[in-house]
Amino acid sequence: MPRARLLRTAAVAAGLLAILAGCAPQASRNRGHNTLAAVRQHGYVVCGASQGTVGFGAPDKAGYWRGLDVDTCRAVAAAVLGDKDKARFVPLSGQQRLVALQTGQVDVLPRTTTWTLSRDANGVNFTIPNYYDFVGVLVPRKLGASAIAGLKGASVCLQTGSTTEVTFQRVSERNHLGLKAIVFDSPQATRAAFFSGRCDALITDASALASVRSTLAKNPDDYVIFPADDEIEALTPAVRQGDDRWFDIVKWSFEAMVTAESLGITQANVDMMRDSPDPRIRRFLGVEPGNGKALGLDEAWAYRVIKQLGNYGEVFDRNVGKDSSLKIERGLNRLQRDGGLMVPLPFD
Amino acid sequence: MPPRRIKGRDWSGARLRGLALQGLALAAALGGVGWLAQNAAFNLADRGIAGGFGFLGRAASFPISESLLRYRPSDSFGWAFVVGLGNTLLISVVAGVGATVLGFGLALIRRSANPIAAGFATVVVDSLRNTPVVVQLLFWYSLFTLALPGLEAALHPAPGVLLSNRGAFLPVVHLRGSGLLGLVALTLAAGGLGVLRLTRRGWYRALAAVALLLAAAGVAFAGGLGLQISSPHRVGSDVVGGLHISPEFAAISVGLVLYSAVYVGEIVRGGIDAVPKGQWEAGRSLGLSEGQTLRLIILPQALRIIIPPMTSQYINIIKNTTLALVVGYPDISLVAATTINQTGQAVEGVAILMFVFLSISLAASVLMNLLNRRFALVQR
Repeated sequence: MPRARLLRTAAVAAGLLAILAGCAPQASRNRGHNTLAAVRQHGYVVCGASQGTVGFGAPDKAGYWRGLDVDTCRAVAAAVLGDKDKARFVPLSGQQRLVALQTGQVDVLPRTTTWTLSRDANGVNFTIPNYYDFVGVLVPRKLGASAIAGLKGASVCLQTGSTTEVTFQRVSERNHLGLKAIVFDSPQATRAAFFSGRCDALITDASALASVRSTLAKNPDDYVIFPADDEIEALTPAVRQGDDRWFDIVKWSFEAMVTAESLGITQANVDMMRDSPDPRIRRFLGVEPGNGKALGLDEAWAYRVIKQLGNYGEVFDRNVGKDSSLKIERGLNRLQRDGGLMVPLPFD
Repeated sequence: MPPRRIKGRDWSGARLRGLALQGLALAAALGGVGWLAQNAAFNLADRGIAGGFGFLGRAASFPISESLLRYRPSDSFGWAFVVGLGNTLLISVVAGVGATVLGFGLALIRRSANPIAAGFATVVVDSLRNTPVVVQLLFWYSLFTLALPGLEAALHPAPGVLLSNRGAFLPVVHLRGSGLLGLVALTLAAGGLGVLRLTRRGWYRALAAVALLLAAAGVAFAGGLGLQISSPHRVGSDVVGGLHISPEFAAISVGLVLYSAVYVGEIVRGGIDAVPKGQWEAGRSLGLSEGQTLRLIILPQALRIIIPPMTSQYINIIKNTTLALVVGYPDISLVAATTINQTGQAVEGVAILMFVFLSISLAASVLMNLLNRRFALVQR
């Protein structure tokens, strides 16, 4: 047998053996079990973001991500890494988002995601709702409908990959409307179909509708928005299941903004507040130590969140409320003492 | 080198080495698959994602905008997949048949002696072949939704026909009465006509045919069967009655038919051109017309060349139906996408999708291979 041939055979055999050896079961890699350590090592938090919902998560003209969900994630970066800009944003479609979180592509998913049982039970944990929304309907004013009952037999554009499909069905059946769904896989296609006149109505979260109306309609006053039914949806940031420490950090980074509002701490007065005699404020801002150590962070984490982002009211107004182009009423998202659903928790 | 033994057991040298290497290669391939499967199972368990296909029995509770099969949101996820599959098969058949017919036409026009016709076909082929199919689908969809008027100003190109950006509404003929009785009557009538067509004539055959046709008429009359025309008419912002062809269905069908027809046309043209010129001349010398030569002499020979590449073309059409979701037509991939989102069962949803497309494509290629074998037999 010629030598070259022998060598070639030997090389092939060695290669195959190497592949076979590589197939041996690997030890548990435990990826995703210590997100905090991974985030500190990388130096940034990876946030799942929307594909461009103005007010909640979208890059501005300079490419800087802005929005309520974006700020929720920046709060985590400020608390953990000390800088709200140490966050990276990965735009995800409605279908990708949960898988991206489950598989470890993103560390936090604040992306207008409705908290449901089957999602919660399936590999993710929901933290605390950062926005209470309802399913809304956008219709041209000339259609003359002002409530869902006026849409009998109408064609409705909606997007797959959301809980809206289920709500749509419930509303249509409960009110015997016989609505016809035209379902698309991207928000752009859904909106384009609505504005082309293919559908009588566009149905999705009311917050997104406000954004669509203010950015896409030629004349926003030609369109009206009304609720599809009386149920609310809790849009909630989620984390991967199985990392309790990280779960806690994400919950409290957001909660810090709500509690700051109830304590009267704002971005402007936070430095002054450090001298406050109120023990709740002193503990909140880390003047009295304890909270940082409990979470595995430094003591000034909550101070930094407020210093860099402001309290929940400020974040809301800046992104979706009175200081934004969307002008959404605070409504359900007021503090509980003002009649809303945002509940401050004790930082003790 | 000593001469090798060809027959008999030869466990020495080359044969043994070959077997050992093949064995190793097989083990490596199986090991690789096993490793991936084990990792997937471990990672799913690690992330608390429940596996299995149990979700298929739960109520889907999402809408499907249009379907060949009956669907209500209270049906199960499993049935939703079947309904999606029905839609996928519908577009596959429409696109496959349409592309074949149109493709043959394009091929003949491109070969035509008329320079205007041939030039036109060349332009069509080149423009459709050199743009992405997704772009073409979006183009057709925008054309159907933006270029047509709203329902309130719908066009009436013919009585009973409505054309608007909500789609086309056509009058249809409905069967009134029981469908089963209709089927019986139809079978009897078909039997009667079949008997009439038999080559051996005789009075008893004519009698049998007349008897069968009379029986069909009797069943139809007794069952109160009849035909009725249902025309579409507007009710508020809705249209009832008639047949509705949605812009979504029109866009995916027209888009896929045109895009695939171009490829079919090129395959057919290549097949026809590959038949030696002498065959045309032979046909002419026998006194056959151009059409007869094409049909009787050229095509039977060209089909042998055409069928194998057509198999992969049909499989491409089937796979391209998944693009339906960009124009909002609910094919099986839309059902899978929605199911994955509602249940979080990504691995299972994608596995179903892969299995379904593998089955359809393999079935199509088996059918085409059977066809191929039939035509290959004709060979000298």
